[in-house]
Amino acid sequence: MHIMEGFLPLFWCIFWYIIALPFVAYGVLLLNRLTREHRDSLPLLAVAGAFIFVLSSLKLPSVTGSCSHPTGTGLGAILFGPFLTSVMGVIVLLYQALFLAHGGLTTLGANVFSMAIAGPFLGYGIYRGGNAIGLNTFVTVFLAAAFTDLFTYVITSLQLALAFPAQSGGIMTSFVTFAAIFAITQIPLAIMEGIIIALTFKYIIQARVDILLKLRVLTKDQIKKVQESLA
Amino acid sequence: MKYTLEVITVLAVIVFAALFILQNAQLHRTLSPEEEAWGGTDDKASQIIESSGYEPWFTPVWEPPSGEIESLLFSVQAAGGALVIGYFFGYYRGKATHPKSP
Repeated sequence: MHIMEGFLPLFWCIFWYIIALPFVAYGVLLLNRLTREHRDSLPLLAVAGAFIFVLSSLKLPSVTGSCSHPTGTGLGAILFGPFLTSVMGVIVLLYQALFLAHGGLTTLGANVFSMAIAGPFLGYGIYRGGNAIGLNTFVTVFLAAAFTDLFTYVITSLQLALAFPAQSGGIMTSFVTFAAIFAITQIPLAIMEGIIIALTFKYIIQARVDILLKLRVLTKDQIKKVQESLA
Repeated sequence: MKYTLEVITVLAVIVFAALFILQNAQLHRTLSPEEEAWGGTDDKASQIIESSGYEPWFTPVWEPPSGEIESLLFSVQAAGGALVIGYFFGYYRGKATHPKSP
């Protein structure tokens, strides 16, 4: 989903940097608070960050005959919310921009916005919404993670469409062109990512359910229900 | 239903792999030998942008000198992440089975 180095006009580079900055700044603030108040949740934060590292490094083939990679940001969004996830996303995208020439420094703001802000925000909303209406926890996690992944690519398509509107048809036509490349390829990968993150979530419940309670990811009732379903 | 999620995951991987094999066979029939299938979507988008006459105004500060080096660095990224995940899940599991040991 990375927009390559130099592939956004200067105006849009600056625009997305400005949009992304407050989210990341607030994320750093929350990160400081987390390290002070919930020290025992830090290993879980490391796992969520590591998930982004692993999944975003895997370029997978899709039904369209081209390759793309999942984002892995869904887990962080569910466990720690979208702001903290944005900080972890910046680290991964910076690594890939500096060492892999994958993405870029000029397009970092745009890539951070799609992968580490917009996607996680939707995923977090879906997770909270699914919980509110009492949907099965693992189904909720699956949906949240899959849509975090898919929405990232929808936003990337939109970013490119805004910067490069088609000569006939404008932004909409251009959006359809880019979405056909990115979003369609992404659908099977998003489903895979949703399943894998749901499985990981099960292991986290089995390992440290107390932290999930403390971070208010799950309520006591939900934990009881999930543990009964796993017994 | 203790292992439902594990079963679903394995089935999904099998379906995913099967689709890839079928699609690959299909592509090999239709593509000419010079064309390469399974390129990155990033590159495809870049090609579309370049075909409209746009020139990238900034180039990466450093590029992996070869495909091998690039896949090395991607592997380092994945291995590092996997190491952290495995370490902490093992740590939690050890703590759960031996709660009193230091």
